[in-house]
Amino acid sequence: MMMAEFVLIGTILLKIIAMVIVLLLAVAYLTFMERKVIGYMQQRIGPNRIGPLGLLQPIADVVKLLNKEIIIPSASNRFLFMIAPMISIFTALAAWAAIPLDQAFVLANINAGVLYIFALSSLGVYGILIAGWASNSKYALFGAMRAAAQSISYEIAMGFAIVGVMMAAGSLNFQAIIHAQAGGIWHWYWLPLFPLWMVYWISGVAETNRAPFDVAEGESELVAGFHVEYSGSMFALFFLAEYINMILISTLAAILFFGGWLSPFEGIPGLETAFAWVPGVVWLLIKLAFFVFCYLWFRATFPRYRYDQIMRLGWKILIPVTLVWIVVIALAVQWQVGPWFTGV
Amino acid sequence: MTLPDIRHYTFNFGPQHPAAHGVLRLILEVDGETIIHADPHVGLLHRATEKLAESKPYNHTIGYMDRLDYVSMMCNEHGYVLAIEKLLGITPPLRAQYIRVMFDEMTRLLNHLLWLGAHGLDIGAMSMFLYCFREREDLLDCYEAVSGSRMHATYYRPGGVYRDLPVNMPQYKPSLWHSKKEVAALNENRQGSLLDFIWDFTERFPERVASYETLLTHNRIWKQRTVNIGVISPERAIAMGFSGPMLRGSGVAWDLRKKQPYEVYDQLDFAIPVGVNGDCYDRYLVRVEEMKQSNHIIRQCVNWLRQNPGPVMIENHKVAPPTRVDMKKKMESLIHHFKLMTEGYALPVGEAYAAIEHPKGEFGVYLISDGANKPYRLKIRAAGFAHLAALNEMVKGHMIADVVAILSSLDIVFGEIDR
Repeated sequence: MMMAEFVLIGTILLKIIAMVIVLLLAVAYLTFMERKVIGYMQQRIGPNRIGPLGLLQPIADVVKLLNKEIIIPSASNRFLFMIAPMISIFTALAAWAAIPLDQAFVLANINAGVLYIFALSSLGVYGILIAGWASNSKYALFGAMRAAAQSISYEIAMGFAIVGVMMAAGSLNFQAIIHAQAGGIWHWYWLPLFPLWMVYWISGVAETNRAPFDVAEGESELVAGFHVEYSGSMFALFFLAEYINMILISTLAAILFFGGWLSPFEGIPGLETAFAWVPGVVWLLIKLAFFVFCYLWFRATFPRYRYDQIMRLGWKILIPVTLVWIVVIALAVQWQVGPWFTGV
Repeated sequence: MTLPDIRHYTFNFGPQHPAAHGVLRLILEVDGETIIHADPHVGLLHRATEKLAESKPYNHTIGYMDRLDYVSMMCNEHGYVLAIEKLLGITPPLRAQYIRVMFDEMTRLLNHLLWLGAHGLDIGAMSMFLYCFREREDLLDCYEAVSGSRMHATYYRPGGVYRDLPVNMPQYKPSLWHSKKEVAALNENRQGSLLDFIWDFTERFPERVASYETLLTHNRIWKQRTVNIGVISPERAIAMGFSGPMLRGSGVAWDLRKKQPYEVYDQLDFAIPVGVNGDCYDRYLVRVEEMKQSNHIIRQCVNWLRQNPGPVMIENHKVAPPTRVDMKKKMESLIHHFKLMTEGYALPVGEAYAAIEHPKGEFGVYLISDGANKPYRLKIRAAGFAHLAALNEMVKGHMIADVVAILSSLDIVFGEIDR
């Protein structure tokens, strides 16, 4: 009895460690990809000095960040200052527990998976808020206030967008949501829930404080915003959390609106069997990589919104759109409009 | 019971700030994110250029002029050189005038490109910065070809320019990092003279400007960030001593190149763009259009310069040094050279003010001579100083992010403001 439990706990721990390591590596090479992609978009070549093709650059960055001195401002609240980056990284990592990577692989296949992730992403704001407050710096406080207001407003729009998905799938479980989209690319929810998908994606970019909604860090206004006083590995934690959240939002976009690990060739004779051997996780990776690329693309293209304009966009445009479309979906589900809402 | 004394939040913007354009220190008083008052502090880059000029022969100060507004170097030289020429009563040869006009306009491009890049970066369009620097690279190569220096050229001299345009454009050489093939591609437009290189640049530049405009001009975010931000009425703009694109952005068609033509501007064809609303967006449009007009002027100058060879320096050896060949043969030339290189030349007693249409506005040099070989007093009118002084009026009631947009739309450089 005891033995079996130990084995179970052991395997879960192993899975968690594997997941975290993969995530950290993904973040490391996401920073590399970001610098390369934006570099080529800006007619330069990006990092190419360290290792072949510059591939060891992220490793060098990590070593650099870990070696740097952690400076704690004397006027700060020491305890909160230390704990803020931990909250950020904890919530960013913990959210991954409920993400299904494949038909069989998910750390915790909980029934309220969507709610769980939603709750954790809301908690992530505390990290930013506490960091900004505890630093006792004016720029950090501005950044924290902006980040808090922005995350909370966009959480609402994002929440309503996800409500639409839940109504369409009739479940809060990620695997069930993915199964509800089975049947090929035209059955994925991006088509019937198109406005919600747009709202989700815009809110997702805003939620992670990335360009063009990066007012919380707003380089040219607030220097670095809420983490202006952080250095070394404590800064690295914020950085990690931001990038993990980017990947998370991209993965959620793939799961909620693009069929998760489902093959895009489902229902196409010939192609479906030809690609049947490809594991689902590969499809998921391709989809999420595209969304991550979009993040970088936006950053290289768009000017930055102003703080109040972001608020206006969130409250006056995105939320009304979701409200209207939720009604539309409710009616569609009620009347079993095919081919998407027949099975609910 | 008394109510608590609620004071506005005050914070420092700069001098160490990524958007402070050098070393501006702004003390911002804010209510939430709305600006109540902005107090610009200047002087952190004061280098006593005016005082230094009082202790040097006239020609030695030309190099200091480059360092005033360090993104429009030759235009600064031009203002100074014009003031000296005015007091001396000399006119440079026509070819030198065309060269000056051409390099003035190339400098305008340099300045506006840097401004556009920095403005984009401040509003968050970071790619603009790198695109603009790609263009600047070619223009700085022209500076280098003609003067040997990429930034601080010291190319203009009283009586003309230091030397004629080079017949061969300098080329890249193969190195450890660039193979022969890569270098051949880089040198493709450097096969002819400097004028050919400039012509090639003007051929492709309008397309490049058009591509920048596709990124910004009709971009909704860009417009939201700039339209109706930092509005200044034409009356206030005149009252506060605005000049250049800041004044034209408000709709006042004032341009010294048209109103008080110097050199050969009266013989060239170009238009003066003016704005309507006097906001950041109009100033952006005016500067972009000015880049196109400058390109047009450069093309006219290249055409003229190709057809009209000639001297680029006056023959008066009291001001301009004689040739080396003459020095070896003629006693008089040797004496002239020795006198010029040791004590310079003296200006007649008097005062002169010369102003040019600098990329940032009216750049004026006021010179008082007591008859010595150095100025009694040199006063520089920097365009940016008046613009910065109006900052408080422009940012009042806007938000913190708008301060950054307005500040960069002023196009200020502290080398010039602090002098």
